[in-house]
Amino acid sequence: MSHAMDVLPYLVAAYVFLTGCYGLATSRHLIHAVGCLAVCQSATYILLLAVGYRAGGTAPVFSDIEPGSRPVVDPVVQALTLTDIVVGATVTALLLALVLQIAKRHGTVDPDELRELRG
Amino acid sequence: MNRLRLWLLAVGGTGLAALLVAACLDLPRFGGRSHPYGDRAVHASLRRHIANTIASVNFDQRAYDTLGEMSILFAAVLGCVVLLRQTRDEHRAPPEPAEVARPVRRYALLVLPVALVTGLYVIAHGQLSPGGGFQGGVVAATALHLLYLGADYGALERVRPLGVYETTDALAVSSYVVLGLAGLLAGTAFLANTLLPYGTFNTLSSGGTVPLLNAAVGMEVAGAATVLLAHFLDQAVEIEDATEEEPGK
Amino acid sequence: MADAVIVVTLLLTAACATAAVTQRDPARQALVLSVLGVVLAALFTVLQAPDVGLSQLAVGSALTPLLIMLSVRKTRRRGRSKEDRE
Repeated sequence: MSHAMDVLPYLVAAYVFLTGCYGLATSRHLIHAVGCLAVCQSATYILLLAVGYRAGGTAPVFSDIEPGSRPVVDPVVQALTLTDIVVGATVTALLLALVLQIAKRHGTVDPDELRELRG
Repeated sequence: MNRLRLWLLAVGGTGLAALLVAACLDLPRFGGRSHPYGDRAVHASLRRHIANTIASVNFDQRAYDTLGEMSILFAAVLGCVVLLRQTRDEHRAPPEPAEVARPVRRYALLVLPVALVTGLYVIAHGQLSPGGGFQGGVVAATALHLLYLGADYGALERVRPLGVYETTDALAVSSYVVLGLAGLLAGTAFLANTLLPYGTFNTLSSGGTVPLLNAAVGMEVAGAATVLLAHFLDQAVEIEDATEEEPGK
Repeated sequence: MADAVIVVTLLLTAACATAAVTQRDPARQALVLSVLGVVLAALFTVLQAPDVGLSQLAVGSALTPLLIMLSVRKTRRRGRSKEDRE
């Protein structure tokens, strides 16, 4: 159990990433593809936070605990993840705006139909 | 064609999966004791009287990085505004006031002020408790849109002068840069946290420039999220194109 | 005990991610994504990252699904006659 625990979070992150990639490649709807990209992004959050976790540690916030009294988890990866989430949301918004433009110009949101149109 | 693509995906996916698993097995053990960067970040944060280490990393130790991140946010919002503008072949059709079920209206209007204050509280206490400009900004902006749920789109448009939010967004980004330049004028480095006294640990004014940078980010995120939602709502509710369907233009 | 909670939330996350990808209707997918956002927020809290959990709760379970729903509504309105044909 404990040995499997050593790598399980990393494996879950890899699984979520690959699942998102699968959805992205087989998607028949551009908005669905953007949703799959959001799934891929969440894999990076899991990986980052898993790297920074410390067994028995608490959150690195010292407003209610005495500094040095308890081990804390890594705050650097948490800060990275935090900015990652907000940037991810704006990228999703930008992609959705592009999808709306494609729908307006070509009248379709199916990537395969788009390929036929271009030829 | 389609089968070939699935084959390619299967081969590539299997290869990537094998590489990822190999990498996972080589990573440091989950929950391990050795976090050299984390320990140093905590130490630096306590030296500058900041209780929430994550705020210290974002707005002090890696403040320059956050500036880049804010520019991404600003540029993405700018891109959305340009892409979702009203074009010449579209016209606005104000939606008729919708009938809202009474319980929905009551709860939405009850929760709205609570959510708004929560968002502002989370921004203000960024360097003390979990939270900060990024989280509080999104909470405050989405809280405003409970008005769309509880009343209707017209009511939301009246309390949300879009120009004000766009200006807020731009002003917040520039104030972040100005705070950085102030450090330069005072004879230290760009965005260096040496300008203001560090204050008493665990109070609202502790941490030098961190609360100010945090507030700037909060304003920017709130403005950005509101502008984004406004343009998507405009597209979904108000703007209609004259030619409904014209495939393959 | 802490390990057990982490394992359960991790498996829940994987299940939600799978559901979000296999749900092909974007409007329903937005709902699944919102559930995924809540589960991820719980996972981050369990991993002692309340800041990140709060951010994920606001963005992942409210903002992103809302944007997706609004985009779906816009494209549906445009291509309603096409939807009927299918």
